[in-house]
Amino acid sequence: MFKWLEENTPKLVLAPSFIAVMVFVYGFIAWTAWVSLTRSRLLPKYEIDGFIQYDRLFASPRWDTAFGNLFIFGILFIVIAMILGLLLAILLDQNIRTEGALRTIYLYPMALSMIVTGTAWKWILNPGLGLEATVRGWGFENFTFDWLVNPDMAIYTIVIAAIWQSSGFVMALFLAGLRSVDGEIIKAAQVDGIPTWRVYTAIIIPSMAPIFLSAFIVLSHLAIKSFDLVIALTGGGPGYATDLPATYMYAMAFSRGDIGQAASSAMIMMMVVFTIVVPYLYSELRSKDG
Amino acid sequence: MKSYLTCAASTLALVASTAAFAGPEAEVLHYWTSGGEAKSVAVLQKEFADNGGTWTDMPVAGGGGDAAMTALRARVLSGNAPTAVQLKGPAIQEWYEEGVLADISAVAEANNWADVLPESIAGHMKCEGTWCAAPVNVHRVDWIWANSDVLSSNGIEMPKTWDEFNAAAAKLQAAGIIPLAHGGQAWQDATVFEAVALGILGADGFRKAFVDLDKETLTSDAMVAVFDQMRKMRGFVDPNFSGRDWNLATAMVMNGEAAFQIMGDWAKGEFMAAGKVPGDDFLCMSTPGEGFLYNVDSFAMFSVDGEEKRQGQDLLAKLVVGQNFQKVFNLNKGSIPARTDVSLDEFDSCAVLSADDMAASSAGGSLLPSYAHGMALRGAQSGAITDVVTAHFNSDMSSADAVQQLATAVANSM
Repeated sequence: MFKWLEENTPKLVLAPSFIAVMVFVYGFIAWTAWVSLTRSRLLPKYEIDGFIQYDRLFASPRWDTAFGNLFIFGILFIVIAMILGLLLAILLDQNIRTEGALRTIYLYPMALSMIVTGTAWKWILNPGLGLEATVRGWGFENFTFDWLVNPDMAIYTIVIAAIWQSSGFVMALFLAGLRSVDGEIIKAAQVDGIPTWRVYTAIIIPSMAPIFLSAFIVLSHLAIKSFDLVIALTGGGPGYATDLPATYMYAMAFSRGDIGQAASSAMIMMMVVFTIVVPYLYSELRSKDG
Repeated sequence: MKSYLTCAASTLALVASTAAFAGPEAEVLHYWTSGGEAKSVAVLQKEFADNGGTWTDMPVAGGGGDAAMTALRARVLSGNAPTAVQLKGPAIQEWYEEGVLADISAVAEANNWADVLPESIAGHMKCEGTWCAAPVNVHRVDWIWANSDVLSSNGIEMPKTWDEFNAAAAKLQAAGIIPLAHGGQAWQDATVFEAVALGILGADGFRKAFVDLDKETLTSDAMVAVFDQMRKMRGFVDPNFSGRDWNLATAMVMNGEAAFQIMGDWAKGEFMAAGKVPGDDFLCMSTPGEGFLYNVDSFAMFSVDGEEKRQGQDLLAKLVVGQNFQKVFNLNKGSIPARTDVSLDEFDSCAVLSADDMAASSAGGSLLPSYAHGMALRGAQSGAITDVVTAHFNSDMSSADAVQQLATAVANSM
């Protein structure tokens, strides 16, 4: 009996959470997939009716905008946040005296909720209240910075706010990575008279590959599930110029009583996540086997 | 021990007596949670209690009713619907099709609803011939509000045609005043759009386009003209309008920063709350063109089990359409009574104008449901139209393209 318990305790302890995950994650994914194939409107219906919701989705210009925005926002956000985070980490890594204080300052935006970030940037970027009005007040009458109200540029204001929020976190990740690089190698390189920038590009950064991967995974899921930032900063506007798939799905499910359409957009979002996560999982599992 | 027994027995007796004589019960799901609205609901609660009913309040704030609808969906799916729910427009029929609404025809017929309600508004309260909802109020959507000082100091009259409006706006712009106070949110764009559409398409054209979704009307030259006028309207708003809330736009008219606002009569509440006098400090008029766009709040009655709840439903329906509640509620909320036989002595001049216009347009066949406020179409269709309207208003899309997109979007939303 005791032996049986000893063998099976881990399984018993894990079972409830395993079952919960199976039902509430994978079960509901399957449910959403099912509903996305029906003509559900106000309430879910279960008669399968083919791919009509996907046809409607791809025929909708608003979805085109939302899906396109996901890539503009996702790529710019991930790339710039990583570059900025890495630069900040390298600069902080130069054994400067106030490192602790600076690190905290840069990391602090992460402690704010996206709603706060969005609202603050909404005021900063508002042409009549924020930056533009201030600079004009200083006497530069021709200064314009109206991205927030310009439908072609508004999506970039979301990028700016998101980078401000997250680059400190990326910096902390990279800083930890920099500290974990073997000091002996760096010293050896310095003895050989290799310039510092070469030490970084040829030795330190390549040895941080796993950190890049982690940062990428964290940032990409932040990008795909972005919702609150858009709601707080632009409300999806002007028009629907800054809609993202998540806000599209919300509008369909909760404002318009079009559950089938919401389910199909959710499935497309999930597929985007899978195309990013599956290669990562694959490489993780393979490296463990080897 | 003995005293304990007596105590228990008397408690039992008390419980039994309350069960036997339990009065009407109603659980009411609504989203009237802001100051004036909450006060209005309290009126109904009190009246319900005075008639021996037990009211269970279930207010769900947020998202202009989206949150309440989510709560409703959960309740209905779990087979436990509230007694009455604040619903409006085609959403009532949509829920009816799910087979969850009750029939309150007995109350409606006993109280002569058919005679006291305007015909087109009564139509919204019926599900396949039976009454299933009770109207609370009528908001008029196609209002234009103006700052009277700004108009008089610039020598401008209230515009009676869109050309007059454009001329007035150009004059104001030259004088350095923002002609049109507007907030760049999709529903506000849609509100201005439908006022313009009513003026240019006329009542019949509006009905064909936004009630029947007639493709020819949606792609007609008149609809191109509607979008042309919207492009002009875009030029009359200040550059900073994106995302502004409607009440901030109203404040711009109030303090003379802007001259006009096109908004439903909830805007009047803002003027009144600031102590402004209609006809003196601010002016109200219907937007150029014939017709009346209404936004009617109502309570839909859901199928419930139990005699108490059914009685509560009947009592609630009777009170909601009763003269007293219609008057008190609408005085608080700024709208006008849905029934036409309520004395308007205590209402302000804008409300009286609204009631007169409603009677006239009901007789003339131009009393129309507002599409922008979910009275004319179901969510998917009205949302599809709003997407095109707001995309056109906030970009440099041509009117011809907008009309094409409108037809495609409507077809795609079916």
